[in-house]
Amino acid sequence: MALAVEAEQLVKRFTGRAGTVDAVRGVDLSVAEGEVFGFLGPNGAGKSTTVRMLTTLTTITSGTARVAGLDVSADPDGVRRAIGVALQEAGLDPRQTGRELLVLQCRLFGSSPTDAAARAQELLELVDLVEAADRLIKGYSGGMKRRLDLASALVHRPQVLFLDEPTTGLDPASRLTVWDEMRRINAEGTTVFLTTQYLEEADQLCSRLAIIDDGVIVREGTPSELKAELRRKRSLDHDPTLDDVFLDATGRTRERVAGQVQEVTG
Amino acid sequence: MSQFWALSVRAIREALRVPEQLLPTVFIPLFFLVVNVGQAARIFPSGETGFLMGQNYAAFQVPSALLLAASFGGAAQYLVEEIEGGYFDKLRATPVSRTAIVLGRLTAEGAKTFALAALIVLFALPFGISVASGVLGFLLLLTLTAMWAMVFSGFMQLIALKTRSAAATQSGSLIFFPLLFLTPNFVPRELLTRPMEIAATYNPVTYIMEAMRAFILEEQVWGKIGRGFAVVVVAGALMVALNVRTIRAYD
Repeated sequence: MALAVEAEQLVKRFTGRAGTVDAVRGVDLSVAEGEVFGFLGPNGAGKSTTVRMLTTLTTITSGTARVAGLDVSADPDGVRRAIGVALQEAGLDPRQTGRELLVLQCRLFGSSPTDAAARAQELLELVDLVEAADRLIKGYSGGMKRRLDLASALVHRPQVLFLDEPTTGLDPASRLTVWDEMRRINAEGTTVFLTTQYLEEADQLCSRLAIIDDGVIVREGTPSELKAELRRKRSLDHDPTLDDVFLDATGRTRERVAGQVQEVTG
Repeated sequence: MSQFWALSVRAIREALRVPEQLLPTVFIPLFFLVVNVGQAARIFPSGETGFLMGQNYAAFQVPSALLLAASFGGAAQYLVEEIEGGYFDKLRATPVSRTAIVLGRLTAEGAKTFALAALIVLFALPFGISVASGVLGFLLLLTLTAMWAMVFSGFMQLIALKTRSAAATQSGSLIFFPLLFLTPNFVPRELLTRPMEIAATYNPVTYIMEAMRAFILEEQVWGKIGRGFAVVVVAGALMVALNVRTIRAYD
């Protein structure tokens, strides 16, 4: 089985005035080509830091990572040519139009001006932004920005697509549009590495997932394997949800207080 | 090369879309030109002041106006916005050369300043100035101004990359005051008091200002002009190298 993403003992240490923080503490990952891999974890668990290391945006303190068969530290430009990245914040230039942004992104991946214009049009049609294409991005809604960000990650038909919380803050309709788009991209053969806080999203989209907490992987498997494991472990008489798996894996429990659900570290 | 060009075009388009950032670049230097000339022109009458080479005091003050205009670049502020908004990471996740990222913005800053410096010189013509070194000298004057704008923007970008903070970047622009005012701003270097003369001698901007004055007041004086260009070339190469190194090590 060819691996699209492979990490061994990945560590990220941040050193600042306040001291040293190990944000990621020895993560091992294997994502097969063609998978939709979910990477879950509570806020501050190390999800985004791991993604930033895999996408060459942050240096690796120790350990190794290979993406699309290329060593992230030794050949960062090779990795950049093979991946598409849509980060937590839709990273867009508000003073460009949607079309200009996509054309520029194509040009940065080496397309000629003519090819870049054609690919931009194709992607604008794909994410249903043709009408807004020549308007400045600062006037786009949150959903439009997410769709444009996704399109900009696809300009060079990447082998591996990294999506860091791509539906955070979107309304349900926009979320479903992004889900459909992810399924379509994956059906064309692109491996998708998805970080999300929405467990329903992971359940719907991911063929396999890993849960990270406090910088280490605490669960890994298919959604059904993880649920079955919890059911055996807790001798439950019903099927647990992925939420239950997540809470169990991260040592958190749910308590209802004054009608509100709170997460409490257990 | 195509990546550098694409990024330069984007940065120029961006500058044109924020005219409120361009207008002060023309009007504030012109304001200081009018004020400085109004206050000091009678002290230095053109016929009796040797260092004016037959021109009036406005001609002596135009380089200060040009250097002021060159220090109003918006590149660093745009860069901070990109860092805060996430677009800078988007750029870093592409295989684009880090030098193209740096030079794209700086070249746009240079092109913008070239055009604005031409406007400032044109606006200054009614004050009775002329460019003694002719058309070639005029173009070289604009080029030197544009190159200094690239150097200064490179310095500001470096602060933006290091601090990732709009406030810190804004504060960094304060260096403009010693750079511009510890120079032979109002009189030639030899007429400054001794402490000011020493400060001006160690200030690289002095040599750019003197080269600019050489273009306006004298026919080609290649020694002064050469020193001015040498300063911007060396400082520019240093700024580009430091910016590229900072982006490569950016975490």
